[in-house]
Amino acid sequence: MEKNNSDKKSENILWNTFKSVKLTVVVLLLLAVTSIIGTIIPQNGTEQFYLNRYGEVFFKLFNLLDIFDMYNAWWFILLLVLLSVNIVICSIDKLKTTWKIIFPDKITFNIDRFRRLKDKIELESNSNLEALEAKYLQFIEKNFGFATVEKSEDQNPKGVAIFGESGRWTRIGVYVVHLSVILMLAGGVIGSLWGFKAFVAIPEGLTVSSAFLRDNNRPVELGFDIRCNSFSVTFYDTGQPKEFKSNLTVLEDGKEAFTKDIIVNDPLRYRGLSLYQSSYGIDSAKSATFKITSKQSSMTYSKKMEIGDTIDIPESGGKFTLSEFVHGYNFRGHNLGEGFVGRMYSSNKVDNGQNSESDKNGEIEIYIPIKFPTFDKMRGGEFSFEIEDYEKQYYTGLQVTKDPGVWYVYVGFILMIIGCWITFFMSHQSICVEILEKNSGCKVIVYGTANKNSQGMKLKVGKIASMMDKL
Amino acid sequence: MNSSIILSVTTFVYAFASVLYIGSWTFKKEVMAKAGFFVFVAGFTGNTMGIILRWIESYKIGYGHAPFSNMYESLVFFSWTIAALYLFVEIKYKERIIGVFATPLAFLSIAYASLSPSISDKITPLIPALKSNWLIAHVITCFLGYAGFAVAFGFSIMYLIKPVDLEQKDHISGDKKLQNGKKSLYSKLPSLDLMDELIHQMVMFGFLFLTIGIITGSVWANSAWGTYWSWDPKETWSLITWFIYAILLHLRLMRGWHGKRIAWVSIVGFMAVLFTYFGVNLLPGLHSYA
Ligand code: HEM
Repeated sequence: MEKNNSDKKSENILWNTFKSVKLTVVVLLLLAVTSIIGTIIPQNGTEQFYLNRYGEVFFKLFNLLDIFDMYNAWWFILLLVLLSVNIVICSIDKLKTTWKIIFPDKITFNIDRFRRLKDKIELESNSNLEALEAKYLQFIEKNFGFATVEKSEDQNPKGVAIFGESGRWTRIGVYVVHLSVILMLAGGVIGSLWGFKAFVAIPEGLTVSSAFLRDNNRPVELGFDIRCNSFSVTFYDTGQPKEFKSNLTVLEDGKEAFTKDIIVNDPLRYRGLSLYQSSYGIDSAKSATFKITSKQSSMTYSKKMEIGDTIDIPESGGKFTLSEFVHGYNFRGHNLGEGFVGRMYSSNKVDNGQNSESDKNGEIEIYIPIKFPTFDKMRGGEFSFEIEDYEKQYYTGLQVTKDPGVWYVYVGFILMIIGCWITFFMSHQSICVEILEKNSGCKVIVYGTANKNSQGMKLKVGKIASMMDKL
Repeated sequence: MNSSIILSVTTFVYAFASVLYIGSWTFKKEVMAKAGFFVFVAGFTGNTMGIILRWIESYKIGYGHAPFSNMYESLVFFSWTIAALYLFVEIKYKERIIGVFATPLAFLSIAYASLSPSISDKITPLIPALKSNWLIAHVITCFLGYAGFAVAFGFSIMYLIKPVDLEQKDHISGDKKLQNGKKSLYSKLPSLDLMDELIHQMVMFGFLFLTIGIITGSVWANSAWGTYWSWDPKETWSLITWFIYAILLHLRLMRGWHGKRIAWVSIVGFMAVLFTYFGVNLLPGLHSYA
């Protein structure tokens, strides 16, 4: 580039800054060091949490610097942008020259370059020059894929040099690595612009058509309906969970499209969305079996009921309706936890127990907690209720993700691995076999060089030479 | 015979091999390094058998999973990868003495697993999130990467300990051994150029596998949780480690960054590896182990 005006010059300064590996080192170092912050200060917590932890002053300071969501902070994004610009400019700049090396008009060799090499191996042979030339040319061609012969210029002593090379194309490797970084970053941007992460909890048997965004809880339409047919959880004998499984049906316009079981590590993917098994809980109970004890006769009766059922209490004790399942119940300031709420209608208006307020019809509300089986006995009524067994109704918690950028990221992953493999383990290797005539037979010198991994090349030259010696 | 016993024995075999290597260096006896090599191979065999047996045992118990699922198993596997990589290098480059600082690392890892009271060698079942083939690929590749960095670390220490003036004498006398019989402690060490190259080779090996490790981990996270990257502390620290070694690779491309300085960067990098592996457990996150 000509530097004939100041405009070009300032352009060059910018260009030279961005093409420098020094900048790369600085930016990568800054990324590494700043990334530590987010691993020490918990991210995306509540304001209250931070206030308690760091106090007013530090809270304000950290908040100002977006430390609480630092991986999305403007300055962190800026570092990533700098890295990208750096990679692009640097690659364009270097590729201009590398391209000429990879695709030269004509491959030329310079014997003096090889002669200057420190590592070389000398062999002696009794054969004549022409025989050796033919033999070694074929050998080098076979081992390197490309070979040419040149007569030595001075012809004193008479000699030829065979040049061979392989792996010229491997010089493209680092560009593949750098391109992959750009692809991954681009995939991340695409994902955050056009994708979303949401959550939905579906009780067994119910259907939903939308989920709630993780960030702000706003609903987002799925574009189809999804029904949770059932959820199940199994445990190991150690008590650790073994498997969480939801049986889901996708419905299009109310018609069943298909049904699939999802487990952790095997999500449902449909129309650009992915649904992951992410949590579960008890939504309600489908039915319960009660043990009813009569105070008078000390008899116990077992009754299975669904929510909403009404039964006749034995011994003409009246009627009992199972109203609902609740997650908590307040009794004199204590939360009794999950349990069933029922209504009892006594046939005779005798004492229904001290703990409940009986209304004029002798109708009372009673609570039957799961955790405290004797609770209802304490009421002191004619009949007490205890839970023998109940069938849980679960809800399944699904993470709903849309990420159109993931494919760019995955292609980046593959290119990154291929590119690293090429740059690290493959090289552009050149070899030169110089054959010089002697009084009897020939002297053979083998030189080799590579654009990297000189130690490996040295070993390879040794191997090639010993193979040639045995030919 | 169960796997825990084999692995405990392996610990002592590795210890013995390390002692032999260090002995050969301090007492200038090549023969000890030779013996050390065979003892180390024996340890490696025990290590391999222990891992395979543990795999079989887990199926017998009925949990049936690859032995890479908790701290104990990962440490045992870490020493296996260090040993495998080191043996590969010693055989390929035919340099015995370089094991002085690399073999003790294989020993330390398995010793920590066997002897630390806070690490249980019980075979435990897998929680649902860990049931994935990606987990196996993830753990194997991460630990191959860590092994590359560990061996590079061993070589870096060796590089820094070797005095430079001796190397210059070495150069004067050419690649041949010093003619006069006065062999110093350090003349047994391979040439600095070779060490520099080996550090670079090991870092490249480590970088490739750490890269694949992070990638497989990220694909796994995407199949289990629907996010390929969530900046949890373990992930972030593995990325920090990756950045450090990327810096090392680029520093080598700048003029003047070779030898000692690169050895120091490789040591810093290995500290980051150790923090990723052990330190992060002190911070909150998704990874329960490894
Ligand atoms: C996270 C980002 C990056 C990664 C993972 C990365 C990776 C690599 C790798 C693996 C190599 C090969 C090293 C070797 O041969 O030992 C390399 C070489 C190189 N990188 Fe990067 N790089 C990154 C960013 C950059 C940036 C921003 C620049 C911009 C200046 C850059 C400039 C170079 C240059 C000039 C080479 C040498 C190419 C050659 O040998 O011809 N890299 N990079």
